[in-house]
Amino acid sequence: MNAASIRMNRRDLGLAAVTLALLVAVSVRFPAFAQPANLLEVFDDTSILILLALGQMSVLLTRAVDLSVASNVAFTGICVALFNQAFPDMSVAVIVIMALAIGGVLGLLNGVLVWLLEMPSIVVTLGTMAIYRGLTFVLSKGAWVTSNEMSAAFQNAIHVRLLGFTVLSWLAVLAVAAAYFMLRFTSFGRRFYLAGGNPAAAAYVGVSVGKAQFAAFTLSGVIAGLCGYLWVARFAVAYTDVALGFELQVIAACVIGGVSIAGGIGTVAGVLIGCLFLGIIKNALPLIGVSPFWQMAVSGVVITLAVVLNARREHSGGRQILEAQRT
Amino acid sequence: MNTPLLRLSGIAKSFGGVRALTRGELELRSGEVTALIGENGAGKSTLVKILTGVYTPDAGQIEIDGRAVSIRSPQDALRLGISVIHQERVLFEDLTVAENIFAGQTPAKAGIIGWHNLYTRAAALLAQLESRIDPRATLMRLSIAEKHLVQIARALSQDARIVVMDEPTAALSHHEAEDLLKIVRRLKSEGRAVLYISHKFEEVFAVADRYATFRDGAEVGSGRIADATLDNLVKLMVGRPVDQVFPKLDAQIGAEVLRVEGLSREPEFADVSFTLRRGEILGVYGLVGAGRTEVMHTLFGLSKARAGRLLLDGRELRLRGPEDAVREGIVYVPEDRQTQGAILSRSICDNITLPSLGGFARAGFVQSKREEAAAQDWVARLQVKCTSAQQEVGSLSGGNQQKVVLARWLLTKPRVLILDEPTKGIDVGSKAVVHRLMSELVQQGLAVIMVSSELPEILGMSDRVLVMRRGRIRGSFERADAQAETILRAATDS
Repeated sequence: MNAASIRMNRRDLGLAAVTLALLVAVSVRFPAFAQPANLLEVFDDTSILILLALGQMSVLLTRAVDLSVASNVAFTGICVALFNQAFPDMSVAVIVIMALAIGGVLGLLNGVLVWLLEMPSIVVTLGTMAIYRGLTFVLSKGAWVTSNEMSAAFQNAIHVRLLGFTVLSWLAVLAVAAAYFMLRFTSFGRRFYLAGGNPAAAAYVGVSVGKAQFAAFTLSGVIAGLCGYLWVARFAVAYTDVALGFELQVIAACVIGGVSIAGGIGTVAGVLIGCLFLGIIKNALPLIGVSPFWQMAVSGVVITLAVVLNARREHSGGRQILEAQRT
Repeated sequence: MNTPLLRLSGIAKSFGGVRALTRGELELRSGEVTALIGENGAGKSTLVKILTGVYTPDAGQIEIDGRAVSIRSPQDALRLGISVIHQERVLFEDLTVAENIFAGQTPAKAGIIGWHNLYTRAAALLAQLESRIDPRATLMRLSIAEKHLVQIARALSQDARIVVMDEPTAALSHHEAEDLLKIVRRLKSEGRAVLYISHKFEEVFAVADRYATFRDGAEVGSGRIADATLDNLVKLMVGRPVDQVFPKLDAQIGAEVLRVEGLSREPEFADVSFTLRRGEILGVYGLVGAGRTEVMHTLFGLSKARAGRLLLDGRELRLRGPEDAVREGIVYVPEDRQTQGAILSRSICDNITLPSLGGFARAGFVQSKREEAAAQDWVARLQVKCTSAQQEVGSLSGGNQQKVVLARWLLTKPRVLILDEPTKGIDVGSKAVVHRLMSELVQQGLAVIMVSSELPEILGMSDRVLVMRRGRIRGSFERADAQAETILRAATDS
């Protein structure tokens, strides 16, 4: 992952091979699954997961975790849906800017608590997860905004096709490219690796771990905000339970993709493949006639396996997760 | 040359009840290597951390070029041109060599990193150090010596005027150490000031121009190396007369209790053999990294030996974990009270009775009255200064925390007591209590192993002294033959 060229590391290649094998296995049983049109549909369905996972990855790299992403999606989603209901003629551009801003503020709040109050991120975002979800309920008063209460432009913008891909799919593609560039070629992005890889060393070389975490949380929030709009538009409904529990799938995609929960390790390619893996499972299992309950169990098994494999890799590398003792 | 580049005066720093530094004095001059010497716990590491902005001193003054400065963060230290080659590796294991060298100040145009440029510049710096390390290699694939070089390259990239090296050769082979000393001489010839911390006198005499000796958190002597001899440096380090401070009472030494045969766990230690008798205090001396603590961990079942035998009363023990050791009557009081010994957030009573709770229970329920009575008894016997046995251990002074940890294990009625640095960082009064208690315990027939880095303590308390260096036993001295100089040489000569 540290070579300058776009060369995938062995772990990413292995995961890609497993994902491909999964795709082939499903396609042998159900040839229709491998049809380009269906694959585009699966990718479109996975796009929101990809976007959120890239934000989450940034946070995980800094040795923190953002549990509030799905609540952020719901809150921002309700906000823009209600706004669209009230002002149906407002352009989608305004909606998108609004979504980015609202999500960004929620992410920034997480970041401030983690950075300035030095609170552990898991506690902070466990709290804000409930707060943002609660505010969603307060704002909507429990009511739904359904598809006929949203403007056509609001709903259709993301389905417009350019060169075969929908706008939603293109957003995911662009985000992957942007994340790769940021995490690979900017000092802003490299700081995430420094801060999470060895916080004590980061402090010695003048990198503030708190600031890096703040930046990562804000970024994660901005992306979640955008996904709030995308989610509501794609499913054509906004209500309190939008994306309920989805943060776990987002974190799972990262972990399967090889991002270390202990920070400092992870590649964009890995996260992308991790998302596609989950996307294929989600779309293929119903075809094979497996109930949605089994889907959860299967993803659970995969996540556990991924964690075991990662843990072994980190051990063999002699990586020090414990901080050095004070002498 | 008259104004030193860096001058520290009257630096003091305490942690809770522990006074790590009381009077830190130091002067560094451009183009000179100053050796900082002292026993473990003399305050050297604390001084380094103050220099690098990790700790802020409670008192004292820092001057650079005769101008007072304050170092409140590592960034401040960097800005002032102070760079450290750490004893513990302060590096990023998963990133490339190049990124490690430039971490935090990666050359970038408008925030965008030119990797090619980065690798070229890293290679140039490494070439200056005559090293062939690949700047694209992931750090964790490097040897310890190479990792040191990466840190030195980092210091060069920051164009540091003051380079601090904290025991840079501790984990290096003889050959690697030679190479490092060459680099130290080069840094010096470039006009940088080098602070060189080492336990190895050979190196100090080979590379240093000046020395500064620390003992118990205070500077106790400094000058030109040319005017010093090994003997006076050792005397400065060890200091006070031995016999007055450690009044060991005579105890009847009885039958053999513990026998260790050829214990090995490479690379940490190898072929360690010794015996321990009833009523005996066995002192184990060595420098940091000599493998003493690792041996004790194995005796307590915390880690497994790869070879060798452990016999208690002639019966071979197979310890699967500390609970087996405790059952057999071997207990271990670790060096680091704060993280390994005491549970700081719980009461004295909880801490003392923790491993013996089963003894206070009836049908699985702990009877708190009996538990408390036992704790009270020990609090009184060890003179723990506290308001009640319910006081939180975290609020006690270091010495009293140590007494609580001791009480915990004595309550289990052990046969072999292993003490790792039992009086490190605690005040003189508590030290005396701990030492008197040790004397009393061996009089009652307990066998004690005492790991200590304080020579006076080793000399004063031990019936026999083992000296370890690089994972092996390098000397064994009876109380009558034990001399500070011979022990120190056995521990340091390479």
